[in-house]
Amino acid sequence: METAIVFLPLFGAIIAGLFGRKIGDRGSQFVTAGSLVVSAVLSWIVFLSFAGAHDQPNQSTTIHLLSWIASGDFQLDWALRIDTLTAVMLVVVTTVSAVVHIYSVGYMEDDPSKPRFMAYLSLFTFAMLMLVTADNLVQMFFGWEGVGLCSYLLIGFWYHKPEANAAAMKAFIVNRVGDFGFALGIFGCFFLFGTVSFDGIFAAAPNFSDATLLFLGTEWHAPTIICILLFIGAMGKSAQIGLHTWLPDAMEGPTPVSALIHAATMVTAGVFMVARLSPLFELSDTALTLVTYVGGMTAIFAATIGLTQFDIKRVIAYSTCSQLGYMFFALGVGAYGAGIFHLMTHAFFKALLFLGAGCVIHAMHHEQDMRKMGGIWKKIPMTYALMWIGSLALAGIPPFAGYFSKDIVLEAAYAAHSGAGNFAFAMGIAAAFLTAFYSWRLLLMTFHGETRADMHTFDHAHEAPKVMMLPLIVLALGAIGSGYIAYEWFVGHDRFMFWGASIVQSADDIIEHAHHVPLWVKYLPLAVGLAGIAMAYVCYLLIPSIPGVIVKTFKEFHAFLFNKWYFDELYDLIFVRPAKWLGHVFWKRGDGDIIDRFGPDGVSSLAAKIGRRASALQSGYVYHYAFAMMIGVVALITWYFLGHSV
Amino acid sequence: MFDLPILSILTFLPLFGAACIFFLARGEREDVARTSRWMALWTSGAVFLVSLLIWFGFERGSSDFQFVEKVLWIPGLNINYHMGVDGISALLVLLTTFLVPICILSSWEAVERRVKEYMIAFLLLETLMIGTFCALDLVLFYVFFEAVLIPMFLIIGIWGGPRRVYSAFKFFLYTLLGSVLMLAAMITIYNTAGTTDIPTLLTTALGEDLQFWLWLAFFASFAVKMPMWPVHTWLPDAHVEAPTAGSVILAGVLLKMGGYGFLRFSIPMFPDASLYFMPMVFGLSIIAVIYTSLVALVQEDMKKMIAYSSVAHMGFVTAGLFTFNQQGFEGAIYQMLSHGIVSAALFLCVGVVYDRLHTRVIARYGGVVNVMPKYAFAFMIFMLASVGLPGTAGFVGEFLILLGAFKANTWVAALLATGMVLGAAYMLLLYRRVVFGALVKEDVKAMLDMSPREIIIFAPLIIVVLWMGIYPIPFFDFMAAPVAELLKNFHQATAG
Repeated sequence: METAIVFLPLFGAIIAGLFGRKIGDRGSQFVTAGSLVVSAVLSWIVFLSFAGAHDQPNQSTTIHLLSWIASGDFQLDWALRIDTLTAVMLVVVTTVSAVVHIYSVGYMEDDPSKPRFMAYLSLFTFAMLMLVTADNLVQMFFGWEGVGLCSYLLIGFWYHKPEANAAAMKAFIVNRVGDFGFALGIFGCFFLFGTVSFDGIFAAAPNFSDATLLFLGTEWHAPTIICILLFIGAMGKSAQIGLHTWLPDAMEGPTPVSALIHAATMVTAGVFMVARLSPLFELSDTALTLVTYVGGMTAIFAATIGLTQFDIKRVIAYSTCSQLGYMFFALGVGAYGAGIFHLMTHAFFKALLFLGAGCVIHAMHHEQDMRKMGGIWKKIPMTYALMWIGSLALAGIPPFAGYFSKDIVLEAAYAAHSGAGNFAFAMGIAAAFLTAFYSWRLLLMTFHGETRADMHTFDHAHEAPKVMMLPLIVLALGAIGSGYIAYEWFVGHDRFMFWGASIVQSADDIIEHAHHVPLWVKYLPLAVGLAGIAMAYVCYLLIPSIPGVIVKTFKEFHAFLFNKWYFDELYDLIFVRPAKWLGHVFWKRGDGDIIDRFGPDGVSSLAAKIGRRASALQSGYVYHYAFAMMIGVVALITWYFLGHSV
Repeated sequence: MFDLPILSILTFLPLFGAACIFFLARGEREDVARTSRWMALWTSGAVFLVSLLIWFGFERGSSDFQFVEKVLWIPGLNINYHMGVDGISALLVLLTTFLVPICILSSWEAVERRVKEYMIAFLLLETLMIGTFCALDLVLFYVFFEAVLIPMFLIIGIWGGPRRVYSAFKFFLYTLLGSVLMLAAMITIYNTAGTTDIPTLLTTALGEDLQFWLWLAFFASFAVKMPMWPVHTWLPDAHVEAPTAGSVILAGVLLKMGGYGFLRFSIPMFPDASLYFMPMVFGLSIIAVIYTSLVALVQEDMKKMIAYSSVAHMGFVTAGLFTFNQQGFEGAIYQMLSHGIVSAALFLCVGVVYDRLHTRVIARYGGVVNVMPKYAFAFMIFMLASVGLPGTAGFVGEFLILLGAFKANTWVAALLATGMVLGAAYMLLLYRRVVFGALVKEDVKAMLDMSPREIIIFAPLIIVVLWMGIYPIPFFDFMAAPVAELLKNFHQATAG
């Protein structure tokens, strides 16, 4: 059954990709979406079998598929590992993917290449499922690069748009920078533990808790350097500060793609990776502290940019970036269950927000700039209501899903009582305020006030078809209920039975402490969330002149935020341009002026006359040389053997 | 069944085909061309089928030379006509026999002048390439190894582009240097060891000082062939001027002769010197990867870009070979095979659009996907394989090399791994500029998608690229034993 979950989407992708023209648009949509729905149903069956565990903790099972690479002591298989962590990811991935497939039927109605789009979506889902079911690091890397490829293909789906192509390339290459670290981490694992399979690593790791590793001339604590290298990979995929620059640009892709890949699934792969490797990360306090700091910084940094953006999708993209920061610092303080809990709830409400934004864009004739929206809530009340649900969940208002998961994440950070934990807690609280603020800024700018759209667009704004609304309703159910329902499994009393050995946990771990934090810690996130909402009402509905005044007063600071902390400009200056400059120098100066000049051209200028004469004979002289050489060889050999043979 | 001299049949069947073309293709110009094409295709197809006997008949798990033939050639000098393959050379022979029919098919319409001579040259080339990989005697090897250059010169020099003379000359100058030194080294070996028999020499220990000089002499030849930085500048020019099929063979097979030379001669025969020069080879390999990747990034000519990327990929191979561990070696061999397929396919991809627009300038294209979706699909697969995406042929070799390099030295692994990022950058840039984008140029609008002939060319390449990425075990079964044996001997020899 697990095999079917993983390979059904591949089947759909192949059928739609290769035979899309034969079976037509509807055929392709039916095959891909149908496979995904079946896959999602099977995933739920698997998940419920895990969730139902009461007597003994859940175990992991491994399904061997095929041998992959065998080189000396390096042995590698294609295999599926199914445990609780995988089961959670299966449900999240296939559910969101299935609803996005269905939504795309409506959203891409006017697009001429529907089979290609559906094939990419399904192929992506397959790669993501390979990632979460991987039994070893290399297979995870396969899925990891596979989702990167599909993300590249889908961001650049509208290949006639230069920005889309540029964004697609940027996504792939920035991710490759992260993968550089990931790959080195894999090599380090093999070097140290002699295996890359998870079971093997977890079995061997405790014996190496004090081992050292010489890396780049420096003696490192082995688990620390390996975890840091692997975490660089996670930072790339999950768009953490420094390697985040591709995610906002990725919004060039069609909106269903943003919902599936750049909100719910692929970008959480880094979080999944750290959780999967929790037994390894537990060996290195340094690495975990780094994870915490990076998470905390990303949470606040992305939120500050989200405040200033006008593109509706980019606001949500920065919000995603920020929420991923929450997940990471949860992992960093050791609250793995809380991190995955937030991953799961976030997948539902963020996909809901993206798809809702898609409905808005659909209604506004592909307008994404919020400055050209406003006042449309009466035109699309259903979408409006669903966006409210998503925003309430994101802001962490009870009883919506985000409330449960964000609270436990922040409580865990507080309960860590470490420098990093306190930092993350402070950043998380501040970001929670900003999150609520920009979410309502988005709602108010889009739906309320006088409309700033042109009259034609405004008059023709209409609710999306049922095939698009139904998926939103499914996600809305998740955004409402998933936090309350899953709380006990993920971070509550049932968590030991539920998680089993799939993540590290103990009776005295950080989640346990998180349940006993002071009351003010429990209520602070909600308070700042409500304050953020109120503030947004003041700024964007009651006294709309405030934002302008603030922008004018803090001009430089606003420009700094609006230009995304100038990361793109900085990278262009220190990486992109020097690379091109060096390429030119090596090519023209190195190859041309040095190697060729003193090498073949120098020699040949001596023979220039012969060359000129010979070229008059067409190319004939070339084989003259060749034959001359052969004759020389024969002569040499003959001479030698004649001289020495007797 | 295997009493037949399969390797000799393989080696000389193309020559026989060439002779048939020479004598039988007569009549009107059109008839000659058609007959030559078909005969060349049948011959190379037959050679491929015969080579499958190696695939099926080769005894895995043995490090011995197999299908051995030994006939006294020059009496009194102890020089034999000695042929045989181990798991390493068997794979390279198969790579050759697989690529040649594809080359001939790809030249079907692209070559219009002197078709008969072209086909003869190509079949002659096949004979010599197979001979190079099968030869187990120094003299025999040298004859094949050097003679390969002649048809290659001809193919570039006669059927090449406008600057073919300059390119062929450059190619010649570089290789001349290596040949002369290697010949001198071989004579010295004969002088010292008293034999030219390769299997015997593999177990003969040579003095350390002597190894040092011999290693350098062989290195001169193999480094040019690879090509390694800084003797790589002939490659971009040769590729640019060569006809498509010439580039395919050049990248697909000829470059592998350098790597094969390191494996067959330098490392097993001069182990102490190999260990001594390891840091230098690592240094040159790292420079090759970073330097040529950056140069590839700014190329305006499609073939030049892929040529430079070849230098970078070969940098991985040389690094892998000098890690002296199982993963590095097998990765290097695998990288040679996968690069043989992938770069060949990429040059074919260039050929497809070159046949239509007669330019290789990247900027002249753009939006090709709109008119050639099948082509875009094929190109995408090979582009990704070149980038080393897991699941394609390119990943396995690169990964194992880096794994081996990490064991040897983490600096080497980390610096080589930057090639992962740079490689993605230039290949994606190429693909984006040629294939993606809006369709605005009038002549690009008129391009037709791949013909059935072109699909027949690409289909097997795509299948092999995916096969080698998803289930590479059959290839490792070939090389595991000889590599283990080689390493065992190497470590024994250098331990003292």
